Amino acid sequence: MADVIFRTQGITKVYDTGEVQVFALAGVDLELYKGELTVLLGPSGSGKSTLLNILGGLDHATDGRVWFEDTELTDLPDRGLTKYRRDHVGFVFQFYNLVPSLTARENVQLVTDVAPDPMPAEEALALVGLGKRMDHFPSEMSGGEQQRVAIARAIAKRPQILLCDEPTGALDSTTGVQVLEVLRDINERFGTTTVVITHNAEIQRMAHRVIFFQDGKISEVRTNETRLSPSEIVW
Amino acid sequence: MQAIDRKLLRDFKRLWIQAVAIALVLACGVAIMLTSVGMYNALSETRAAYYERNRFADVFAITTRAPRSLLPEIAHIDGVLGIEARISGEAILDIPGRNRTAVGHILSYPETADPVLNVPLLVSGRFPDPLSSGEAVVNAPFANANVLTEGDSFSANLRGRKRELTIVGTVLSPEFIYTIGPGAMMPDNSAFGVIWMPERAAAAAYDMTGAFNNISLSLAAGAQTPPVIDALDTLLEPFGGLGAYDRTTHQSDAFLDAEINQLKGMAAILPPIFFGISAFLVSMVMGRIISLERSEIGLLKAIGYSNTEICLHYLMLAGLIAVVGVGVGWLAGTWLARDTAAQYAEFFNFPYVIFRVSYWVYAASGLAGLLTTSLGAAHAALKAAKLAPAIAMQPPAPPRFKRSIIDEAMARMQLAQSTVMIFRSLLRWPLRSFLTSLGLAFAVASVIAATFINDALDEIVDLAFYQTNRQDAMLLFASDVPETAVEDVRHLPGVLQAESQQFHAAILRHGHLSKRAAVESRRPGNDLSRVLDAEGRLLDVPPGGLVLSERLAGHLEVQAGDSIEVEFLSGRRETFLLPVTALVELHFGLGAYMDFETMNAMFRQAPRVSTVNVTLDESQTEALHAAIKKTPRITGIVEMNENRRSFQDTIEQNIVVMNTIYIGIAVLITVGVTYNAARIQLSERARELASLRILGFGRGEVSYILMGEMMLIALIAQPFGWLIGAWIAQLMTNAFSSDLYAIPLVLKPATFTVASLVVLTAAFVSVMIVRRRLDGLDLVAVMKTRE
Repeated sequence: MADVIFRTQGITKVYDTGEVQVFALAGVDLELYKGELTVLLGPSGSGKSTLLNILGGLDHATDGRVWFEDTELTDLPDRGLTKYRRDHVGFVFQFYNLVPSLTARENVQLVTDVAPDPMPAEEALALVGLGKRMDHFPSEMSGGEQQRVAIARAIAKRPQILLCDEPTGALDSTTGVQVLEVLRDINERFGTTTVVITHNAEIQRMAHRVIFFQDGKISEVRTNETRLSPSEIVW
Repeated sequence: MQAIDRKLLRDFKRLWIQAVAIALVLACGVAIMLTSVGMYNALSETRAAYYERNRFADVFAITTRAPRSLLPEIAHIDGVLGIEARISGEAILDIPGRNRTAVGHILSYPETADPVLNVPLLVSGRFPDPLSSGEAVVNAPFANANVLTEGDSFSANLRGRKRELTIVGTVLSPEFIYTIGPGAMMPDNSAFGVIWMPERAAAAAYDMTGAFNNISLSLAAGAQTPPVIDALDTLLEPFGGLGAYDRTTHQSDAFLDAEINQLKGMAAILPPIFFGISAFLVSMVMGRIISLERSEIGLLKAIGYSNTEICLHYLMLAGLIAVVGVGVGWLAGTWLARDTAAQYAEFFNFPYVIFRVSYWVYAASGLAGLLTTSLGAAHAALKAAKLAPAIAMQPPAPPRFKRSIIDEAMARMQLAQSTVMIFRSLLRWPLRSFLTSLGLAFAVASVIAATFINDALDEIVDLAFYQTNRQDAMLLFASDVPETAVEDVRHLPGVLQAESQQFHAAILRHGHLSKRAAVESRRPGNDLSRVLDAEGRLLDVPPGGLVLSERLAGHLEVQAGDSIEVEFLSGRRETFLLPVTALVELHFGLGAYMDFETMNAMFRQAPRVSTVNVTLDESQTEALHAAIKKTPRITGIVEMNENRRSFQDTIEQNIVVMNTIYIGIAVLITVGVTYNAARIQLSERARELASLRILGFGRGEVSYILMGEMMLIALIAQPFGWLIGAWIAQLMTNAFSSDLYAIPLVLKPATFTVASLVVLTAAFVSVMIVRRRLDGLDLVAVMKTRE
């Protein structure tokens, strides 16, 4: 796990609301390693999502530098960031963000249509246990199922990194556990570097490493000697 | 098919009512463009082809009697290519089975060779035998209207000589595409016919052996018309030339030209309005779709879709709407163009109408539709492309409301909170409210632009037939006769009143401007044919002065008090400088009036008349016509009642169709704008309105907020609509005005009321449809959705 996949150097992110400047990130230095499952933990507004957005190429840092492997993302133009997201990154969001007018299969195809080396949509859905619900629309599925479609969509491109922002935030604990199991399975099976943001302190126990955030800074980094399987986690 | 394209199709399916509402507005623009541009081309091309194939002349002139020996000199005028010298005259016709008289325009058909110019096109039968004295061909519309075929005979009173003519063929001629009898205001094919008879027979009848009185010239390519006209006038002057004129003054061509220009005006005014409204609707709907799909846009970007792909995705949605609109517009336009072409074929006497609407018109209208919708969607699509993915994934910030003076005013008025919400929302998005209002204003304007014509035509009929021309008939003479003829007319059966009237063709000049017109004169106090001032009072033209119609004065740029030069084309062809004493409003023709005594004095003649105006005892109509057929000097009768009926019939047909179309269009625009605006409101405010329901507001109270705002916008639209409508009506009266007729701008309160009622009703119904959705809102589900 010595290979570094992400490296950041003093990144800050300032939101200028006109009257006040809000520091969402205030100088973060961080390294993430290939194949590890990292949990970012911290209260609301501590900068977790902002960091995730910057790592995922959804947003630019105000200051500091970010590398993905040997590529510096910091000053990549919009076109470059789009290509980076298309080729390397899978996203999972708290509210699933499925396109309501597309079926599960078609939602995954959104990705397989544009990714360079995707797996078939059916295979991705089978991986998350939805092989039999492929032709259902989001409105016909439970929250857990919808989140699993979102994960299938994220992994279908065989991403090197999977960025998950509160993936269980909108789910009850039973369904949440199912989703976490899928994430761990993907991480182990494909060695996909996985970053999970959560409020839920219990989830940290399945991670290789846990990074704590407070006021836009990293307050602590902890490595788990023993990891729990999601089914052992209760909240 | 890619998943993103499938999303596109499903979005379109979901939005189909809104999409169709927009597409239909777009279709109106496309259809009108197709019809007007298509018909404009068809008519111009048909005319050009017909003129070329049948060698329609460029210059025309009438004389009293000129010797054929003059022809070589005329041929030597610089620029003259071809000459056709003919004999022409008017005749009263007696057609078996027809009680009333008909008027015939007689033209000679050359004896030795085929006609060089104005070549008649044989529809049936053959041309007359040059040596026969009783054979003739007639124009096909006249034959059809009177059910005459080859072999049928009728008698013609040629200058007092009654001649039996046998029809040997029917023809159409480029000179008579629009056929209207002397003195008539509308075409009546049964009462007016054109008759070609062998030159020898015509010469005998009109005493024109070795002479001609009607000449047409064609010019070499690039030759200037005015010098030719001047040279021809000089040559013909000793022989009673009435002034040569070019195609623009030729009656049939001038009418055709007026029609073609109307089509051009229609093509320029209407389609852009429809394209504009559909672009606005597209922009409104797309703007809303994009704010609703914010998070989806963010997601697509997160997945790796590029800005261009996202921009294209939304442009394609607009493109789909355009495709439907253009498709429907093409279908409707093709049908409408076909129908219009058929109407033209009926109204104008073309041997053929080049029917096709060129492919480029289809392409251009399609492209225009596609471009305008894309333009409408561009802002929203670019906004989608520019949306930063990280921001797109978050719900939008609540709209900013600020307190203003209006808020304080509302507080002081102690308005209900729901009313305050209506006003705030209206003011929060002033541009959107304004544009929605503008869209509805165009709907109001569309109704006004169509229905004001009813009142305008009523005024035309009232002024033309009940105020100024109150005679039942006009009797026309071959040439001016002594005024004692009026007394003879008074003794004809059924004649109750008879009054004299004199016409002289003249060229009126003011500075460098000139116009050809007929100067009329009547005795002061005449009651049947009158000149009225702006207040509708009888105006007797003062001796020594001239009264002009406003349009004629406009052409010459003169005002009352100015003096103009009047060159009479008859008599001694003298020129006088006369003061213009007053201007009058007139809808048919270009009127110029003088005092009767003054005119006779100028012509140095005892009082003479060109026509006699009469009122009739209807029970004796048959006896009158029988008597006229036997009266040699009378060459025509114009029955005003027939004219009015024919005018009203023709107009009424068109008006009903036109009103239906325009009101339909207004309803479409209203539904398109209101339904879309209300749906957008509903989707934006569903949460807010559902919250109110949860707080205990009733359905009626909640829908009041939504409907109140829409209806308020519709109300605000009314005065704008009236203004725009009046403006478009003004544009239309200008576009439709020609030397031949003018449509007055008559705007009555009822027109505005009807327009407002149509639009407000359509708006109300559209809002009620959306209200049903509001009533069916699932409160819990709405509150659970994230945004």
